[in-house]
Amino acid sequence: MPSSVIEITVNGSEEEFIAKPGTTLLGALRDTLGLTAAKRGCGVGTCGTCTCHVDGEAVMSCLVPVETINGATVRTLEGTTPADGLSPLQQAFLDNFATQCGFCTPGMIMAAEALLAVNPAPTREDVVTAISGNVCRCTGYESIIEAILIAAEATS
Amino acid sequence: MAKLRGRGYAAVNYPTGMNLGGDPTQALVHSTTTGNFVVSLSSVDLGQGLKTVAAQVAAETLGLPYENIIVDTADTDTGPHCMGTFASRGTHRVGNAVIMAAQEAREAMLAAAAEELEVDAEDLETDGTGFIKLKGSEEVKIHVVDLAMAAHFKLGRTIAGRGIFLKERSYPDPETGKMDPDSAQAHACTVADVEVDDETGVIEVLALHNVYEVGRAINPRMAKQQIEGGAWMGISHALYEATDPYYPQRDHGPRDFEEYLMPGPADNAKMESDIIEFPAANGPYGAKGIGEMTANAPIPAIANAVFDACGVRLIEMPFTPESVLRGLDELRASA
Repeated sequence: MPSSVIEITVNGSEEEFIAKPGTTLLGALRDTLGLTAAKRGCGVGTCGTCTCHVDGEAVMSCLVPVETINGATVRTLEGTTPADGLSPLQQAFLDNFATQCGFCTPGMIMAAEALLAVNPAPTREDVVTAISGNVCRCTGYESIIEAILIAAEATS
Repeated sequence: MAKLRGRGYAAVNYPTGMNLGGDPTQALVHSTTTGNFVVSLSSVDLGQGLKTVAAQVAAETLGLPYENIIVDTADTDTGPHCMGTFASRGTHRVGNAVIMAAQEAREAMLAAAAEELEVDAEDLETDGTGFIKLKGSEEVKIHVVDLAMAAHFKLGRTIAGRGIFLKERSYPDPETGKMDPDSAQAHACTVADVEVDDETGVIEVLALHNVYEVGRAINPRMAKQQIEGGAWMGISHALYEATDPYYPQRDHGPRDFEEYLMPGPADNAKMESDIIEFPAANGPYGAKGIGEMTANAPIPAIANAVFDACGVRLIEMPFTPESVLRGLDELRASA
């Protein structure tokens, strides 16, 4: 199979590059575009740390062949960071000690961003459901759930 | 058929550090030309917050703001030696080494300031905001940025310090077996509230109440986070995780995260955590280690709570629904 020319918009910037067949969105982001916030944890869609947005939906970018989303709009954690300071979710994670090793944090924040975009005033259950595909091995989740609820309150 | 509630507790005494061939850690502290102080370590921060604690300890000892400290743990080839971050030793060993290095650097800083201000170093103090000043005077002072520049470009002085903490090897007395294996003992107790479904065998941990005595919690919020993250791991070990559920058979063993059971965000127990401080004489500002012990007490506490709830005494982790149901069957058979 030949390589494909991929044109996607990533964090507002139009990107054009060549991808070998089977290249995942995660691989393209990290290795081709140098956007390393999304992490490769399990590589099989069970840990969630590669979570990004494709056309506004939270997806596991390790499961998405990039050639199948040609023309799409992609957003990564880098794209949620304002020019100055931190986004409300980033600030809430920082203030609420919602990170330890930090490996799950990019996926957690992107899952939460997708939730708050469609549901600005989520219940605790909504938050739990939104991050149920994201594994954290350090925190016990409670501080993450609280941080997302605090960010929702701060922005609504 | 009923959901049975029970409460159990367990306590743990946990050693800080180890005693193999001796247990050392070194630290180096030096000022950059702009008055920031680099703490060089080979100790690894895995997310437990060691770099934050090392910076707090350095700032406290130097008498400078936390923002002036840069902790560099970049490279074990070039950094001062550390045995590693394990055995709950990081805060204790690294903290003590950083204090020693920062004390020497502080002396060098005050000596340079004394030369620059033309006063006696013993009459100088730090004000915690970045100034080195003459005691009792508001006029005679120099900011650490100006001092570092002067030391480097004018005085030809270094502002640096070396530190090491060594827990010496302790051999057991051949007659009594008495030895000194660790540096301090931290203590904790967890009370677990559980609910056991006697029809399905499912155990739900409703709440964990944790109390920790850790000498001094140098960063109380991070210590609490370690307690609750560790308690979560305790629940995970107690109820979910098994690489070989039918050991020594490999049957039904998990092959990846999809099959390896861990509690998710919907399975949280209510957590309540308190810290009690009895500073340890040999700890950095009194701190003992916390780390590993946080997953210890929750597991037997949960086992005891299950026994309290339904009379089944579980001695092998994880406490699966199958093991609960088999235990209930045995109780009925022997009744």
